[in-house]
Amino acid sequence: MTALERPVVPRRRRRRPSGWHLVLLPISILFAIPFVQMFMASVSPAAELIQFPPPFIPSRIDFGGFVGLFTTTDVLLWLSNTIIVSAASVTSHLILCSLAGYGFARLKFRGRTAGIFLIIATIMIPTQLLMIPTYILFARLGLVDGLGAAIVPWLASAFGIFLMRQFFLSLPAELEEAGRIDGANRWQTFWYVILPLARPALATLAIFTLLSSWNDLVWPLIAINNDQAFTLQLGLANFQSTRRTQWELLMAGNVVATLPLILFFLFAQKQFVATMSISGMKG
Amino acid sequence: MTTIREQRLPSVVRGVRTPRRRSRIRRLRDDLGAWLFVAPATILVLGLSIFPAGWAFVLSLQEWDGFSPAEFVGGENYVGLIGDEDFLAAIEHTGLYTVMFVPMSVLAGLFLAVALNRRIRFIGVYRTAIFVPFVASAAATGILSTYLFSPQYGLVNNLLRTVGLPTQGWLEDQNQAMFVIALMSLWGQAAFTTVIYLAALQDMPGELLEAAKLDGASPWQTFWRVVWPQLSPVTVFATIWQTIGAIQLFDLVYTTTRGGPLDATKTIVYYLWEKAFRSLDFGYGSAVAYVLFGMTLLITIAVVIYSRRRGMEAF
Repeated sequence: MTALERPVVPRRRRRRPSGWHLVLLPISILFAIPFVQMFMASVSPAAELIQFPPPFIPSRIDFGGFVGLFTTTDVLLWLSNTIIVSAASVTSHLILCSLAGYGFARLKFRGRTAGIFLIIATIMIPTQLLMIPTYILFARLGLVDGLGAAIVPWLASAFGIFLMRQFFLSLPAELEEAGRIDGANRWQTFWYVILPLARPALATLAIFTLLSSWNDLVWPLIAINNDQAFTLQLGLANFQSTRRTQWELLMAGNVVATLPLILFFLFAQKQFVATMSISGMKG
Repeated sequence: MTTIREQRLPSVVRGVRTPRRRSRIRRLRDDLGAWLFVAPATILVLGLSIFPAGWAFVLSLQEWDGFSPAEFVGGENYVGLIGDEDFLAAIEHTGLYTVMFVPMSVLAGLFLAVALNRRIRFIGVYRTAIFVPFVASAAATGILSTYLFSPQYGLVNNLLRTVGLPTQGWLEDQNQAMFVIALMSLWGQAAFTTVIYLAALQDMPGELLEAAKLDGASPWQTFWRVVWPQLSPVTVFATIWQTIGAIQLFDLVYTTTRGGPLDATKTIVYYLWEKAFRSLDFGYGSAVAYVLFGMTLLITIAVVIYSRRRGMEAF
């Protein structure tokens, strides 16, 4: 027996492929289908998308959808609106939430406990409860129908403050003492000593804010009626009623709205996964 | 905390005026300096949550269309909700979605995490394929859903037709629309439950699994007797989080069916949105929002109590 088995050993050293491939491969294909279909439909000839029965794969590549999208709609304007909204939200989030997170974690002042308690309590309040009064408030402040309505709700968030506070709590206190001994004041210590160490937390916060503000639909939907101030998401949602049968155009719009995030995800997958595990809720 | 207590000491000592005043001024300056750090974000966050939440409660006691003077009606809006058949139907639709989506997303997360928690070839590709839909917005997912599940041109019916099965109405069928929405939500959100289960699996002490193996447990037994109980805090957390998200469903309904067909996918928040921003009934809409808030709290408390009783500490 042993003599017979011996020649087999070297071959067995190369390990048998895991049976889990049989599970993971079909599941991965299922998860990939919607995006694959999106890309395929965006470069399909229009006629093939409303042909019966539709072909599984387009016969040729046709950029008619993108041409129609860029020439007959305001998509470039919406894209620039979305970029403005996201850039403003991410910048403001990074600055304001790291300042507040640091203050609540490391500085001692009256009202600190009450402040952080109230902020954490607001995480429990559903957005839907705030929609109506916030809309009225924005209308009175003159923010309605402008980009302000899409930006203001994302300037800072309870989640962002909480996230940064947790991070700063984990840093050793000696860091600040070292800064103080070197003669730095609180701002200098924060800016030159603490903040450079906070890069991982800031990356998580930036991705969270980018995803939330880029993909946000509810605030623009209730507060923006002026199509010059539409964001991409709002424009896309409106396409569905106005361009219902122009699939190639809809899908081209979808690619414009989604591709930047997909590429960013592929580029910074680790940070995205870290963000997912703590944020959870989409939009 | 200690510095505050230390600084309070002089003020207790009677007759010592100067140090007391000096320390008070210094403390005030310290407090102000610290508040400069936290004030901008705190004012924004509280100003856009606590203040509107209080305002929403006042609104819920009024009848107001935003133009004519508001009229105080007390609890009338809430009483009206009890007999409102459309609202009860919205609760039913939301419940149906929740019952489909929450178990699917928790179980899918668990299964995918177990499947992805191994070092095999292409594991990175598999992870990417399963995680990348997380970046899809509700608007994008909505368009993809209507396209994939289109009765005439959609891929799903096309596949059914090819293998000779009867095609379905999907989003245009009132009995199937909610299922399609739940399925597409799952596509976009499975990454979340998967990632949190995966993190818990990777934190699990290896000795535990070794011990089970030494005791002669099969992989199946090890999973259900050793791993699964260890994961229960994650399960409780995921269930609460996904339930809260599910009863707030709005975006995907708006971007797929707009509440149809025949109101079959009109959820609580969709109803709220229609009442407030289509019929301009701000008072009634706010009452709906408060009922939703109450339901969120009740569900959270119920799950926490249930898990405490079962001895699963999650919080």
